[in-house]
Amino acid sequence: MSDIVEKTLTALPGLFLQNQPGGGPAAAKASFSSRLGGLVRGITALTSKHEEEKLIQQELSSLKATVSAPTTTLKMMKECMVRFIYCEMLGYDASFGYIHAIKLAQQGNLLEKRVGYLAVSLFLHESHELLLLLVNTVVKDLQSTNLVEVCMALTVVSQIFPREMIPAVLPLIEDKLQHSKEIVRRKAVLALYKFYLIAPNQVQHIHIKFRRALCDRDVGVMAASLHIYLRMIKENPSGYKDLTGSFVTILKQVVGGKLPVDFNYHSVPAPWLQIQLLRILGLLGKDDQRTSELTYDVLDESLRRAELSHNVTYAILFECVHTIYSIYPKSELLEKAAKCIGKFVLSPKINLKYLGLKALTYVIQQDPTLALQHQMTIIECLDHPDPIIKRETLELLYRITNAQNITVIVQKMLEYLHQTKEEYVIVNLVGKIAELAEKYAPDNAWFIQTMNAVFSVGGDVMHPDIPSNFLRLLAEGFDDETENQQLRLYAVQSYLTLLDVENVFYPQRFLQVMSWVDASLSFLDGFVAEGLSQGVAPYKPHHQRQEEKLSQEKVLNFEPYGLSFSSSGFTGRQSPAGVSLGSDISGNSAETGLKETNSLKMEGIKKLWGKEGYLPKKESKTGDESETPPIPQESIIMENVDQAITKKDQAQVLTQSKEEKEKQLLASSLFVGLGTDSTISLLGKADTASHKFRKKSKVKETKSGETTSIHNITCSSFSSLSNVAYEGHYYLNTLQDRGDKEIKTNSLNSELLDSESLTELPLVEKLSNCSLSTPSLFDDNNMEIFHPPQSTAASVAKEISLASSLLEETTDYMHSNLIEVCNNETVSVSSYKIWKDDCLLMIWSVTNKSGLELKSAILEIFPTENFKITEQPGCCLPVIEAESTKNFQYSVQMEKSFTEENLSGFLNYHMVDNSVQLEFSINLSLLDFIRPLKISTEDFGKLWLSFANDVKQNVKMSESQAALPSALKPLQQKLRLHVIDVIGNEGLLACQLLPSIPCLLHCRVHADVLALWFRSSCPTLPDYLLYQCQKVIEGS
Amino acid sequence: MLLFSRQGKLRLQKWYVPLSDKEKKKITRELVQTVLARKPKMCSFLEWRDLKIVYKRYASLYFCCAIEDQDNELITLEIIHRYVELLDKYFGSVCELDIIFNFEKAYFILDEFLLGGEVQETSKKNVLKAIEQADLLQEAIACEASVITLTVSQITLK
Repeated sequence: MSDIVEKTLTALPGLFLQNQPGGGPAAAKASFSSRLGGLVRGITALTSKHEEEKLIQQELSSLKATVSAPTTTLKMMKECMVRFIYCEMLGYDASFGYIHAIKLAQQGNLLEKRVGYLAVSLFLHESHELLLLLVNTVVKDLQSTNLVEVCMALTVVSQIFPREMIPAVLPLIEDKLQHSKEIVRRKAVLALYKFYLIAPNQVQHIHIKFRRALCDRDVGVMAASLHIYLRMIKENPSGYKDLTGSFVTILKQVVGGKLPVDFNYHSVPAPWLQIQLLRILGLLGKDDQRTSELTYDVLDESLRRAELSHNVTYAILFECVHTIYSIYPKSELLEKAAKCIGKFVLSPKINLKYLGLKALTYVIQQDPTLALQHQMTIIECLDHPDPIIKRETLELLYRITNAQNITVIVQKMLEYLHQTKEEYVIVNLVGKIAELAEKYAPDNAWFIQTMNAVFSVGGDVMHPDIPSNFLRLLAEGFDDETENQQLRLYAVQSYLTLLDVENVFYPQRFLQVMSWVDASLSFLDGFVAEGLSQGVAPYKPHHQRQEEKLSQEKVLNFEPYGLSFSSSGFTGRQSPAGVSLGSDISGNSAETGLKETNSLKMEGIKKLWGKEGYLPKKESKTGDESETPPIPQESIIMENVDQAITKKDQAQVLTQSKEEKEKQLLASSLFVGLGTDSTISLLGKADTASHKFRKKSKVKETKSGETTSIHNITCSSFSSLSNVAYEGHYYLNTLQDRGDKEIKTNSLNSELLDSESLTELPLVEKLSNCSLSTPSLFDDNNMEIFHPPQSTAASVAKEISLASSLLEETTDYMHSNLIEVCNNETVSVSSYKIWKDDCLLMIWSVTNKSGLELKSAILEIFPTENFKITEQPGCCLPVIEAESTKNFQYSVQMEKSFTEENLSGFLNYHMVDNSVQLEFSINLSLLDFIRPLKISTEDFGKLWLSFANDVKQNVKMSESQAALPSALKPLQQKLRLHVIDVIGNEGLLACQLLPSIPCLLHCRVHADVLALWFRSSCPTLPDYLLYQCQKVIEGS
Repeated sequence: MLLFSRQGKLRLQKWYVPLSDKEKKKITRELVQTVLARKPKMCSFLEWRDLKIVYKRYASLYFCCAIEDQDNELITLEIIHRYVELLDKYFGSVCELDIIFNFEKAYFILDEFLLGGEVQETSKKNVLKAIEQADLLQEAIACEASVITLTVSQITLK
């Protein structure tokens, strides 16, 4: 009978089967239970979603009819249930079958019950009301004598059980902890774990029983109890310290292979158990030296044992490393763990690489040097084709962000942000960028630009704290009022620029932020007034303009902002600035009126309100070009020589791929400020790099045979700045190599040219110096800087001209005044300094005032530890003729840092038959070793970020200096700082301490205060320069 | 925890956290899309909301689990692998069709292996013993082979 009913009911799906050409043979074998198969096949054969829907609906209605038919047997019900599950899995609503699932679990035999329970666990969730109907069934089955029934009940309880019904089954389950079968004990433990998760209070009294489970003779039961312990220890580690020993013992046994072989997984003993235990030990040992000490041994052993290279051993290793870094540190273990991380990071397997990054991210704060070790890998991962790897790398970088690398890191984050479309990622990244920007922003302009990017990408989804924090920052500002003004001013400027771009739509929240900022424009009154007085179109808020553009109306529509910004109270006002302007500057009311008509012509205002961007590269470049004189012929020759010499070097350098170099540069800018030693080495790199790079640029230039100004070339090569730092890296690698070549270079040089070409410094600087000092010392107009001592003035001038052959090449350089250092009745010794690019050249002029010859004149300089003094040719003169002047040249190079030092020496000569010795000394200061550093604005920006040592100071200026260019002039002249760029009220300067330690200066004028901000790779240099600058500024 | 595979058809789903049907559908759709979009050389982990997704492809089937950030990704991969091993042992060289037509068995095996989102029993022998015990009572169900190839299946856990 029932069979007939079944046949009728299943006829429908059967029809589909017959229509399947491919389903033939299989369908022929279709047995009672294959109606699911029919359904599956039917669905697979369909081509459209619509057809599938139709088929499933048919199926469901047939199922509905079947299950509610009184004649349906439990066996059929079971079969129906499977099809229900299938339909539900495909995403169709089969909720009318839920109650039947419970019924099946209640009434069926074992097989049917099993499917019933399965259906219940798949269909229902914890708080589903139908679940209550299941409780009685569960209680009954728990009491069953049939093992399978008990297990099924425990299985379902471990998955879903209504919280409020726990007391009904708890005693039964507790009993099961003593069951003779381990499978029952195990499932009972897991059921209790479930209870612990949903209602921890209800199982508090059985904690002691958990301990018994932990000591269970069956590994499975013990392992199951670890789930509970892990959770409990996570919540309260101090409560379970006494168990540390037990966990250690268990882990030791597992690691030592004491478990039954059944638990091996790919010949690794119970990896899941190991990982669970490692995790527990990590929690217990955190910040607890005594507990940690108990675990050191077993951790060491785990590391040692996990040397096979199956994936699962890597899983264990990873957990080991995690634990080792979580607990109280032990250097020996940390070392091993670090090595392990290295294995992960360097692995070609992408999964392991990912985990390596994850591990690095975890340990980075404790051990930043580890990231430094792997910096190149990290850089590679940053450009990895797999976005997941990229993201993990950004996460890592986020953890190491500091004031020095923030711009680079945030830039990378923004790049990723622009690529991704996942909302969760955007929200997350935007939050991080905003957080970093607030913490470490190097300057206002950057901060505002970054926040603009944040708002325009993430405006619609970001956490509301971000705009409100930002606005609070703008509103409350810092202690320094001028700083505040700058910040706000810049914000407004940037919004103007953004809103000037046509057809770009910004997120609502961004517009809100803009309009809020605009609404508080009163601080701009001064500017506006000035602008108006110069006939510039009056101001009108730009959000308003955009609104107008969008709505094609002149009328303001404040609705979008109405809710959040009504408090700022500008609703109804045409322009907050205009209003305050009207009140503040009575004379301008007429102009204020003009704004209605002129409102859309904003070009004038933009100009008035300053710069387009923070680092206008183009401008600075063209500026430099016009200043640079054509290259003197001789420098081109020198350059060729240079090129010949460095050819070998270059060959190597050029083989390095460009990418490689870019990566290395990136590395140096990213990992700056991580650990003290490393910082220095990294910065050192950058220095030597820039140095070497320039040589290369020269080569490039001569190779291509271009005749354009060298400066230009250098500039442009510099703008691909990347070259700077990796060259340094390379430099370090081949230091030895290069050292040798250097010697060779030098010797070659001295053969080919005079000492002049020995220069290590970039040609650029030579050229620039040419332009600074006039080509010849002897030009009339140049004499004024030459204040020779009164008595000898005339003769010196003459004598110098005599000596000009010797000094020929030196004349291109800046030099000091001639100072008499000692004299007697026959001779006078004067001295001056020539600030050559690569060294300080000291010239001692010995003038024979008498009418007699001086014989075997020797000038010697006492050696000092701070300097390396090299005698130039012609320093020992057999004869100084009567009434003549001879020059002694010494090149001085700094060996050790110092501030002031005397250089002493003596002059020994024979006159008639007497030997006379004259001693003298001259003071050298560190300033004598400061040279201009010619770099582009862009390079300045990048170098700036890479320097760790900075000093800031405000200096009051005299009125005459109030304009920035005039304030910078003395710095340029007296301290030999190179002025890179002047942008509005900010100036960028750079110099280097020979041989090549750069120092950057950023200065900004407000009113009569000049804010100086030095940064360098050398810790003492900024202080020294600051002091010198102060002296110069206050002195002038 | 969530396991799934290519072409967007779900073969098995198991949810270990309570979610509404709507959420489940949405999550499944999103994950299937994301995982299928990934290239073979990419890593087996991906971040999704605040969870990590660990997936692995076996023939035409993708197995996919969602874990928390502090969980161990590699061992999760091994969980998947162990589950496949169990299926393989039970069905004898398991293929996607076995799972499609006997998905309730696949669920039973899963329930013996993972319970409440945690590994219940790692010994292969013990898991299969438990299944067999229950199976002894069950009649043999003919496992049909089908010529219709299914390229995609999904198994969703949690």
